[in-house]
Amino acid sequence: MAARAALDIPDGSYVNLGIGIPEKVAAYVPEGREVIYHTENGLLGMGPAPMEGTGDPELINAGKRRVTAVPGASFFHHADSFVMIRGGHIDLCVLGALQVAQNGDLANWSTGAPDAIPAVGGAMDLVAGVNTIYVITQHTTRTGEPKLVESCTYPLTSRGVVDRIYTDLAVIDVTDEGFQVVELSPGVEFEYVEERTAGELLPIPDALREVK
Amino acid sequence: MIDKRVTSVAEAVADIFDGATVMVGGFGEAGSPIELIHALVDQGAADLTVVNNNTGSGEVGLAALIKAGRVSKMICSYPRTANSTVFPELYRSGRTALDLVPQGTLAERIRAGGAGIPAFYTATSVGTPLEEGKEVRTIEGRDYVLEYGLTADFALIKCLRADYHGNLVFNKTARNFAPVMATASKTTIVQTMEVVTPGELDPESIVTPGIFVDRIVTVDNPALESELVARGVSYPCRSGCRGTRWLQELPSIFPTGPM
Repeated sequence: MAARAALDIPDGSYVNLGIGIPEKVAAYVPEGREVIYHTENGLLGMGPAPMEGTGDPELINAGKRRVTAVPGASFFHHADSFVMIRGGHIDLCVLGALQVAQNGDLANWSTGAPDAIPAVGGAMDLVAGVNTIYVITQHTTRTGEPKLVESCTYPLTSRGVVDRIYTDLAVIDVTDEGFQVVELSPGVEFEYVEERTAGELLPIPDALREVK
Repeated sequence: MIDKRVTSVAEAVADIFDGATVMVGGFGEAGSPIELIHALVDQGAADLTVVNNNTGSGEVGLAALIKAGRVSKMICSYPRTANSTVFPELYRSGRTALDLVPQGTLAERIRAGGAGIPAFYTATSVGTPLEEGKEVRTIEGRDYVLEYGLTADFALIKCLRADYHGNLVFNKTARNFAPVMATASKTTIVQTMEVVTPGELDPESIVTPGIFVDRIVTVDNPALESELVARGVSYPCRSGCRGTRWLQELPSIFPTGPM
């Protein structure tokens, strides 16, 4: 999923990667493209993790793991970091999700369980401010429940913000008509995906199929 | 004559009073002013409202202050970090309140507070549970929520190098909230690894100008939160050792002294 998403990151983009699988996207960006990674705790030009046991405990990413800074990197304070986010200067953000609705609503910060400690971090700021939002997620939960739904039952992170979803089964765009499949994973049939999707799922349009 | 140096962390935090609002710099352990926080644990001020992105980890630093029962309310964006066990327990038992604020809104509320701006509108949190109870206004076709500027009585922050006028430079991503917190607090208290003479810092590289800083104390070898947590250390230590030499009193854990 991370490898597939990486193919869609344009050369020259400023990109914020969420914690977890989205972090892996950086490793798969095709050679020849220059992409600059932003981490909201104050670094533009984030590089890969340092060798185990090295690095600076005060050079970390938003997931609080040690990272490196690439040549040309810059450090800044939190208010400036969110000027980049809220002000629309970051081109693309790749995030995980608990649920995505067919209108692009995203739920990714809380299941709303009564005993849970609510924690939101920068997710709401990112999806409200960044121009293009990609989601990487398993197509269903561990118990087989659809994560692509008609409308989210978990507390929202934002309304109508998701542009594209990369799951283990397909690449899907959020459109006015519903979830639009643009690509199926190798060996996966449309009907199989449809059975595991709770919202309106549209097959790959013929026009797109011919291009392939 | 301007010289903002004080001689000890204890002196630096001596006037923090019960019921104060205290902004604490740091994102996880990066930029966390552990020695100032431990001095505040020893000083004893209670019923504090603390502003920080997180709620500390293990039983040192901010987590030690919370564990000591001094924090009645946390204003933060992410109280669920790995090894954060103290806060959840106090939160669930109702002894520490939580005001959950999206991270960018938290940063901007502090920035606004420091800039004399009482409130602003942001699209962050529109249509979510965190919008509830807030004024929403439509501006040029998009909805925004009203958020208020945030100020504090004190800020505790950590920097890499300071001159004794209070000009500061930071270490990498340890900068995070410190510069905006310094602007938003009546009294900004800084622990620095090194103090230099005014003129020694390149004016082009100064991140926080001295006008925002009130006190500077040198902590030349600050403890590292993740190492303390990995070794299961608490503050004060379980046999009661505290103060600036507490680590030296833990020979079994630190056979050659502190890191």
